[in-house]
Amino acid sequence: MHTAIETQGTTMLVYLEGELDHHNAGGVRDKIDEFAAAFQPEHAVLDFGGVSFMDSSGIGLVMGRYKLLQAFGCTLELRNLSPHAYKVMRLAGIEKIAVLKKGKEGSENHASAK
Amino acid sequence: MQVQNEMKLQIESRSVNEAYARVAVSAFAASLDPTVEELNDIKTAVSEAVTNCIVHAYKDAVGKIYITVKILENGVVQITVRDRGCGIADVKKAREPLFTTLGGDRAGLGFSVMESFCDRVRVRSAVGAGTTVTLQKRIRGRGASFDA
Repeated sequence: MHTAIETQGTTMLVYLEGELDHHNAGGVRDKIDEFAAAFQPEHAVLDFGGVSFMDSSGIGLVMGRYKLLQAFGCTLELRNLSPHAYKVMRLAGIEKIAVLKKGKEGSENHASAK
Repeated sequence: MQVQNEMKLQIESRSVNEAYARVAVSAFAASLDPTVEELNDIKTAVSEAVTNCIVHAYKDAVGKIYITVKILENGVVQITVRDRGCGIADVKKAREPLFTTLGGDRAGLGFSVMESFCDRVRVRSAVGAGTTVTLQKRIRGRGASFDA
């Protein structure tokens, strides 16, 4: 799983790419947490556009980052969620703690064809 | 229900095998011509069941995970994920949303995900002997809208 992080002003943008499961979640978490602790963003965006698979480890990742970011008043947004990732996030009520934005129509077909 | 096709898979409880397990099961179920959504549902449910074996059943060791997939009548796929790990003392409690015995980033939603993405989830467990999770899902398939 590949994680790229960039900043725009006080916003932290995290681009996730690959399969987000228990095996990969730990590495992603460490990268985000390390960067966030040093940068102290006001807003964080997790971009799921490159995520081809996600299970409840994705929920855990978001819930854990929410707790961390909330400590310094940072808001959270999830972008480019595939229909599947959106369904998994809604199952956990993630819309109560983060802004959820779906990806373009058909992006899931594209992602899973890889 | 009559079994129309069957496959068995045995893997070690290493997290790197989570991806292999879900892909192997979904590839076998592909004979039913599932939609992308149905395939993702299967992959996700299997991923949850296998992850449970790794992080709970064989918490401090590497053990064997036994997966059986059966294609039954009417497009029903039945997936059994079995371990010989520590077992679950209170299955009812373990299935409750947000319940987890682990700290960190585990959401405690593994069984909730299995339940919402499958038609039936059965859990049989004995402390010290292991756990068997049986998932059933009817695949309507990509041709479903034409059959209706």
